[in-house]
Amino acid sequence: MKAITNLSHKSHKSKSYRALRSARRQAPFYFMMAPGLIFITILFYIPMAGVIIAFKNYNPRDGIFGSPWMDPLFKNFEFFFKSEAARTVTFNTLFYNLLEAVTVTLCALALAILLSEVKNKVVSATYKGSILLPTFLSWVVIQYILFSLLSVDRGIVNNMVTANGGEAIYWYSEPFYWRIIMPIAYLWKNVGYYSVLYVAAIAGINPDYYEAAQLDGASNWQRIKHITLPLLKPTIIVLSLLWVGKLFNGGLGDWNGFYTLPNDAGALYPATDVIDTLVFRSLKKVNDYGMASAVGLYQSVVGFFLVLISNYIIKKKDPDSALF
Amino acid sequence: MLLRKLHFSKLAIHLIFIILSLACIVPLLLVVSISFTGEKSLMLDGYHFWPKEFSAAAYKYVFSGASSILNAYAVTIFVTVVGTFLHLLITSMLSYSLTRPEVTYRKALTFFVYLPVLFNGGLVPQYILLTRILHLKDTIWVLIIVYLVSTVNVLIMKNFFRTIPNSLIESARIDGSGEIRTFFKIALPLSKPSLATIGLFVAIAYWNDWMTASLYIESPKLRPLQYLLQSLMNNIGYLQSNAQASQSMESALGMLPSEGARMATCVLAIGPIILLYPLLQKYFEKGLTIGAVKE
Repeated sequence: MKAITNLSHKSHKSKSYRALRSARRQAPFYFMMAPGLIFITILFYIPMAGVIIAFKNYNPRDGIFGSPWMDPLFKNFEFFFKSEAARTVTFNTLFYNLLEAVTVTLCALALAILLSEVKNKVVSATYKGSILLPTFLSWVVIQYILFSLLSVDRGIVNNMVTANGGEAIYWYSEPFYWRIIMPIAYLWKNVGYYSVLYVAAIAGINPDYYEAAQLDGASNWQRIKHITLPLLKPTIIVLSLLWVGKLFNGGLGDWNGFYTLPNDAGALYPATDVIDTLVFRSLKKVNDYGMASAVGLYQSVVGFFLVLISNYIIKKKDPDSALF
Repeated sequence: MLLRKLHFSKLAIHLIFIILSLACIVPLLLVVSISFTGEKSLMLDGYHFWPKEFSAAAYKYVFSGASSILNAYAVTIFVTVVGTFLHLLITSMLSYSLTRPEVTYRKALTFFVYLPVLFNGGLVPQYILLTRILHLKDTIWVLIIVYLVSTVNVLIMKNFFRTIPNSLIESARIDGSGEIRTFFKIALPLSKPSLATIGLFVAIAYWNDWMTASLYIESPKLRPLQYLLQSLMNNIGYLQSNAQASQSMESALGMLPSEGARMATCVLAIGPIILLYPLLQKYFEKGLTIGAVKE
């Protein structure tokens, strides 16, 4: 690489000439990088400076810098943290995320191990295809599916209940049901993705291990316990740690379900509201910039430490997967 | 004895997966069934997995052009195609350049790309930037700009470009090919599998996005499909939950497409995904071997 650049025109060229040459060589690369760097600046860096809105009484007429500072400075935060909503959304976000991480990981591992036992290629591709399907559906489509199941007067579930002489259940006005519905919905959507991911990881395991185990007369369960799981451990750990960085983001970063599935019914907020849906609603419906940006900053700051922690541990365990 | 046991466990595995596969597919069929049921039957018997009274009226209505659905379809297709193309172009040019040893500041620039993973400004500053400063509210470009670059995708592509042997790039240079031409003629064709995988996820993200439109789009002409669906559902939920709906509300309810038409729209929103499904599955599994990790 360097040898080639230096082969031609060695020695008597001045330093500045060489600098100019290297700049000219690099120009096309900078040209190719420009759009990406510009959009990263627009989408990520400029909004970083915008977090000062959280300390201001923002109004669109005066703009970000013209709007007056809050007095006291933390009034927006005070307003949020004193509200009932602060505890609700923080609890819900962590509660659903932990539940999702545990259920998705365990179910995906179990399914992947079972799928690896299916030796027929066509059959296994069919199973994979079926359980992957929900991954590609939008939360709006899933909202429609759920409504078809749970609609009070026409839904399949209530049809069955009333056909058997029961009372129709008002799914969309009772928060308690959603403590169960939401985790199931997220599991349904995501388990296929991670199952297929683990199947790929299992397929990468050296078959010699299994052959040796078979010669030693190991049972199926022993093979799973002593070969498959230990070798999957690094993958499981890295995926889990990536989730640690997203613990403060609703739905582990995919929060749309918490907004669409409950049909934005106010009665269900205690059970379905996460930090992101609160920010979204404050901005879209109430136009409360102060509240929305204060909550957003609270989320970003906690998220910052979570990403740092998770990256620090990943770096120790598996340097290749670390971001920094 | 042993044979019987083995046989039984195999059967159990197949049984588990048949049940799970049905659990993933049947709910979708329910929506399809509702869209093919006559409106009267929906009123009387509610929803069923098989139409009690078959009717294609909903689809006739949707394709008659009386609704805004076809227009929403066009918007979604435009945003998905243009957005995915631009995303791949921008991401691949940036990732490739970041792996080239000639670029002196590539370490610093790589850090610049990764830093936003650590800290983001959140929704509000981005909202103000896009609406007040860039004036993108109510333009089709706002739907595209939000997913134009993703740090994680730059990371994945960068890892891929690293595997391209340097000698290939070198020999192109010796043959007198310029850097940009080398990229388009040699590096890019080699990275087809990773482009396909990333393109797949970006396209799905554009296709399924309703939130951006919900924040930035007011004009009915620019509504993408998913947002149209989402607002229909929420309007109806709102109208039904407000018992004291005023006269204007009543007439608004009459203006909305019928239940069957809404379900038909939903089916049409899934349509392309189902049609392209074999392709999706193939590239998805390919992508796993490249080591793509979901955002």
